[in-house]
Amino acid sequence: MKISKNLFATFLLLLCFSITQLHAAGEMKEPMHPDWSFEGPLGKFERASLQRGYQVYTEVCSGCHSMNLLSYRNLIEEGGPEFSESQAKAMAAAFEVKAAPNADGEVEMRPAILSDKFVSPYENEQQGRAANGGAYPPDLSVMVKARHGGADYLYSLLLGYVDAPSDIKLDDGVYYNEYAKGQKIAMPQVLYEDAVVYTDGTTATPEQMARDVTMFLTWAAEPKLEARKRIGFKVISYLLILSVLLYFTNRQIWKDTH
Amino acid sequence: MSENYVPKSAVGKWFNDRLPLLNLIYGHLLPYPTPKNLNYWWTFGGILTFCLVTQIITGLVLAMHYVADADLAFASVEHIMRDVNYGWLLRYIHSNGASLFFMAVYIHMARSIFYGSYKEPRELIWIIGVFIFLLMIATAFMGYVLPWGQMSFWGATVITNLFSAIPLVGESVTNWLWGGYAVGSPLLTRFFTLHYLMPFLIFALVILHVWALHVPGNNNPEGINVVQGSQDTVPFHPHYVVKDMFALVVFLIVFAGFVFFVPNLLGHTDNYIEANPLQTPEHIVPEWYFLPFYAILRAVPDKLGGVILMISAIAILAFLPWLDTSKVRSAKYRPLYRQFVWLFFANVILLGYLGAQTADGLFLIIGRIATVYYFAHFIIILPLLGYIEKTKPLPKSLSEPVLSPEERQMKAAASGASA
Repeated sequence: MKISKNLFATFLLLLCFSITQLHAAGEMKEPMHPDWSFEGPLGKFERASLQRGYQVYTEVCSGCHSMNLLSYRNLIEEGGPEFSESQAKAMAAAFEVKAAPNADGEVEMRPAILSDKFVSPYENEQQGRAANGGAYPPDLSVMVKARHGGADYLYSLLLGYVDAPSDIKLDDGVYYNEYAKGQKIAMPQVLYEDAVVYTDGTTATPEQMARDVTMFLTWAAEPKLEARKRIGFKVISYLLILSVLLYFTNRQIWKDTH
Repeated sequence: MSENYVPKSAVGKWFNDRLPLLNLIYGHLLPYPTPKNLNYWWTFGGILTFCLVTQIITGLVLAMHYVADADLAFASVEHIMRDVNYGWLLRYIHSNGASLFFMAVYIHMARSIFYGSYKEPRELIWIIGVFIFLLMIATAFMGYVLPWGQMSFWGATVITNLFSAIPLVGESVTNWLWGGYAVGSPLLTRFFTLHYLMPFLIFALVILHVWALHVPGNNNPEGINVVQGSQDTVPFHPHYVVKDMFALVVFLIVFAGFVFFVPNLLGHTDNYIEANPLQTPEHIVPEWYFLPFYAILRAVPDKLGGVILMISAIAILAFLPWLDTSKVRSAKYRPLYRQFVWLFFANVILLGYLGAQTADGLFLIIGRIATVYYFAHFIIILPLLGYIEKTKPLPKSLSEPVLSPEERQMKAAASGASA
């Protein structure tokens, strides 16, 4: 009895271990873990960081990466960067989209409005590949949820460019990155000192930009994160109180049954 | 029991005379005599009913916004997550709900296996349960395909390809299932249709499951027969209604923990990458609740053999009432079975662990041993145990383990004296 029950417990432990193992699989360096404000049961995004992150995305990433699932209106929504409506309208208007066909059936360009999706850098995947030596820069809308390690991994990857060891030969268009799988990646380093000039005057170190843009991408992947945690806290508090009440009700009902 | 019910209101009486629905509900939920010693492992039946209803309700609303088309499915799920009011909540409840549904059903099955609930006269309850489990597997698998992420697509590819192992007609059957020559929109639409249909079939089977249960009544941790209405039973309401509610709320706390704080922990990150038929993921792994069966599938070098073994692993459960030859139900009174049942549980968990690993080297060897042991438990150990095991003496009634007859007499005398 004891032996087999212990065995059972051992396997349970093994299983937990295997889950952590799975996440660490693939020969890559354990990502860095900066302090994220959105972690923890009551975590929230930093508004200013999200706003700076949008700036990094538009000025650095959006040259190659689309964000098809986001619209400019999302930028003013609660729980996001919370730009003012006029700010977001101006941001949208900086891009051009195809208008609906006019009376003559011609398609002209018009400035984007809040209801438009983020404008993609390429017309189609083929154009994207042609412009990037055959590698297609993936859409970033849910990227944080689509990679093991999530925000930590993306943050580390953006900062993980170091000189390749002398025994490693890199092909054209392949770069060395400590945090990439197999240490090779088709994306070159993009975050150099002062790659952007922040409108709020923050010094644009690579660490700062990586942090801001990762925070922005985390919000993009999980735009309802703040509401989720806020509601979750209430739901669990409610259930805890209810469970205590039911526990005592149950005891009262059973007290005469032996 | 149910015949005694007389509705208090005139409307209730009018209705009940014409359709004795209130009678039925009353008889099965209110005074229904239930063994007084059911422990918390018995609360999972109620929890599972809750899970099923939750999946149906959230699924219904999700279906109003989801688009079953290979080009649109992924974006429509994200539309639910972003633009539908509380769509993120509905979807996270639905996806985590599937996992918790399986967690609960495995506990429910393990309880039945530990306390011998499947034995005479409850064989049919158990067999209906196996069919419910089978339908759950099909429903969950098809549901996982719907978001049309990489794991959806490649999971569907791997599983539907299993049908190609059927001799002679395999390829035709697979093409018929796909509705074409590859996994694509036709398969997605039919999976969506079936995913919508099956929960209602499960619901119908659940009604049969409970109906069949209420003929002999509940088994109990002692595994002995209980006379309905004797001092060994208590009315279902309020005793078990409240106990089940307490257990359900504790379960809901865990549920809410997943939904609100780690909603993607049980999922695979690759499923947030849209399906791409040209790019196979490095490891194709099913959801955690299928892993033991996945390990059995991969333990066999032959595709057809693997498929047969995997199906047998579930089908063999239906024969459990006859493979277990012991007349004693509860493991409490079966010293040897009690050892082997824990070994069996450990082995299933081991298979689950192996299902998540790459099937080669040492993992493959252990996987094969564990697969053999899984079947050996059913076709060698269980039949033999009934003959060689010396079981402990069973109590005559549920009151006996607490008080011996002498003690009861003494207690009666003492209370008589004090009165």
